[in-house]
Amino acid sequence: MLAFVIRRAVEAALVLLVVALIAFALFRFVGDPINQMVGLETSAEDRAQLRHALGLDDAVLMQFARFVWHAVHFDFGSSYQFKKPVIALIAERFPATLELSVVAALFALALGIPLGVYTAIHRQSLLTKLLLALSLVGISLPTFLIGILLIFVFSVSLQVLPSFGRGDVVALGFWSTGLLTVSGLKAIVLPAVTLGLFQMTLIMRLVRAEMLEVLRTDYIKFARARGLGDRAIHFGHALRNTLVPVITITGLQLGSIIAFAIVTETVFQWPGMGLMFLQAVQNADIPIMSAYLLLVALIFVIINLLVDLLYIAVDPRIRIAARDA
Amino acid sequence: MNFKVAIVALGLALGSLHPAAAATTLRFAFQGDLKSLDPYSLNETFSLGVLGNVYEGLTKRDKDLNIIPGLAERWEVLEPTRWRFYLRKGVKFHNGEDFTADDVLFSAERVRASGSDLKTRLPADAKVVKVGDYAVDFVLTQPNPILHYEWDTWYMMSKTWAEAHGSVMPQPATGQQMSYAALHENGTGPFAITEHRPGVRTLFKPNLHWWDKPEHNFDEVVFTTISNNATRVAALLAGDVDWVDPVPLQDIARVNANPATQVLSGPELRTIFLGFDQLRDQLKYSNVKDKNPFKDVRVRKAFYQAIDIEAIKSRVMRGLSTPTALLISPLLFARAGEFARWPYDPVAAKKLLADAGYPDGFEVTMDCPNDRYVNDEAICQAVGAMLARIGINVDLLAQPKAKFFAKVLASGSYDTSFYLLGWTPGSFDSWNVLFNIIGCRDETAKSGMFNLGGYCNPKITQLTGQILVESDKAKRDHMIAQAFRIAHEDVSHIPLHQQALVWGVSKNLKVVQRPDNQILFYWFRKE
Repeated sequence: MLAFVIRRAVEAALVLLVVALIAFALFRFVGDPINQMVGLETSAEDRAQLRHALGLDDAVLMQFARFVWHAVHFDFGSSYQFKKPVIALIAERFPATLELSVVAALFALALGIPLGVYTAIHRQSLLTKLLLALSLVGISLPTFLIGILLIFVFSVSLQVLPSFGRGDVVALGFWSTGLLTVSGLKAIVLPAVTLGLFQMTLIMRLVRAEMLEVLRTDYIKFARARGLGDRAIHFGHALRNTLVPVITITGLQLGSIIAFAIVTETVFQWPGMGLMFLQAVQNADIPIMSAYLLLVALIFVIINLLVDLLYIAVDPRIRIAARDA
Repeated sequence: MNFKVAIVALGLALGSLHPAAAATTLRFAFQGDLKSLDPYSLNETFSLGVLGNVYEGLTKRDKDLNIIPGLAERWEVLEPTRWRFYLRKGVKFHNGEDFTADDVLFSAERVRASGSDLKTRLPADAKVVKVGDYAVDFVLTQPNPILHYEWDTWYMMSKTWAEAHGSVMPQPATGQQMSYAALHENGTGPFAITEHRPGVRTLFKPNLHWWDKPEHNFDEVVFTTISNNATRVAALLAGDVDWVDPVPLQDIARVNANPATQVLSGPELRTIFLGFDQLRDQLKYSNVKDKNPFKDVRVRKAFYQAIDIEAIKSRVMRGLSTPTALLISPLLFARAGEFARWPYDPVAAKKLLADAGYPDGFEVTMDCPNDRYVNDEAICQAVGAMLARIGINVDLLAQPKAKFFAKVLASGSYDTSFYLLGWTPGSFDSWNVLFNIIGCRDETAKSGMFNLGGYCNPKITQLTGQILVESDKAKRDHMIAQAFRIAHEDVSHIPLHQQALVWGVSKNLKVVQRPDNQILFYWFRKE
């Protein structure tokens, strides 16, 4: 068990290094940050001085080495645009992104699992066919389109929900939450639905497929033979056995929800990390970009690790295999 | 006793629940961020404009851009190199301190210090002398009739406040800690900033002790960035904000169709133009080898006459542009009306090309930003299509501004053969255009730094030098007209148009739209 964790940790460090390297290579192509930092009339000397002060005139390899050295000390430098330490900026923005992601994931689970069960049990019903057709739309429509659509229906036409922002937030120590105010709760509905819709349809289809599989197995037949009721069979026996892959997928999807919140956050001007990242790309704000990419990689690595460990805890077969190895 | 306290506390709590109902709030959204509250850290219209509600300069500009007294009551030019400014008495900073001559001296040092992006506001060799608590002399090394033209955005900062908070120097770009002045303000203006979260939200409250009589009726003003075009327009339509800038041209009809909102458009000062590389002996991006066709005025004129500016106005800009023959807005140069564009005439253009030795035209790459000016990429595409009609094959390279400017500006060694650029003279004066855009590129004189094509005419250089020190307005205007005339005859550039400001405004809001696009909401009112 310990060996497994250590092996994973080493792998994780390697992944982070590779991400940093690729990110750094890409930054060559985002443009000149200096031009975004000063007004048009700033003299060439002042620009050169600034470039030197930021170390942008050093060799790429040198810049990379310096970046990695600082990164292992949790120092990602200061944002070129906001002139504030990147760590502080991310700490400020992270609560918004995490709250949005968690609410979106809960929405996806709360709706996806029951719908999946329903469509698996009532395979021929009209509602099932409708839901499956709609889920296809949910999977194929791009996020920004869904977001704009929701804004136009619920904000512009019906005027029941705000079109942008996070509403009023309450500070709980370092954490700022929008989940404790009415305006904050109203503000999170549309972005969370937009962000969670894809995951919702994914979970629904996954649960349905797994349920159909499990319902065909022998022990379900035996359960029926024992005279158990539909309810006990569907929820007590079938659903429970479909949940292992669902947990895995949901866990992994949480990472991608956080990472891909970029588009949703931009459409709703949600003050999270994704919005900050996108603006950083437009402004060639390298410190924010590199820190964000590393953070997302780190989140993925940690979630993967947790899912692997959870697997061992949940599925006895893996535990036995691991012991034998 | 405790009971009494509880009653009072309850009363306060209830009271604080309701002021929103009666308060008049202005909520406005812009596409970009208010990056720093330090008024010397970025020379950019939006930041300086918004800070103009909080800070004030010695001079101000009124609703028609005329220079009027600000923190200086009046001024006089004692001799051409000595200007005396008499400061307004009784002005207080937001922290309650008096504004005096010491603050002017301090601001003059700080605006020219390392890290300031507004060094051009005051000549580096100008001396600032305190004459009394409420009078200051500016001693120059050479006469400068437009010394105070940009002072409406050179904001006065408090010496004692800056010293107390370690903000004597402007925020350095590499700073590990954000300087106090970048997150807090202490101006003299009609509004004070009570909360500033960069990139998220900024809250303004009126300054009840302002020296001037306020025209606005706001109890608070909230600024948010909304970068996405569709979301910004939706927020206005939904009534979540009262004012947005900019409205994309394709959404104008929708905003006007909504009964509660309207679009306000007006001419902006920025001029959009095309330029050619006239310096290199061979173009970097063309199929013409061993010579540079743009060195020939006939080729430049052919390009000019091939462009149907009215079609660009009606099709690309949806009517919201003002075609121009000059590189400066007619609002900034009184005699601009004397100039007319070279007429659109593809036949004449083709003949000019043939005369110059290119009867079959040639290929050239055009550099164009795609997120900087209104419909910039579409303008370039239209220009490309028009030039194709006279046999010029334009290969369009449209890029985001970060990439575009890195390539075409000095930092990229002016790596372009044919480009589109926009320019607003910061001083609202022709000299700025003649010096930066048309003047010969000269490292030591620092002239022509934005003359990307390297056009150079010594006659213009000479006139520009005279214009800088000439104090007689009629003479000065005459020399400016002369210089522009030479550039026009030489086809130094192809001026296209001044783009329009397009604000989306809720109908119950009265606004003042100034052509320099500064958002001075102390002139706004909500009915």
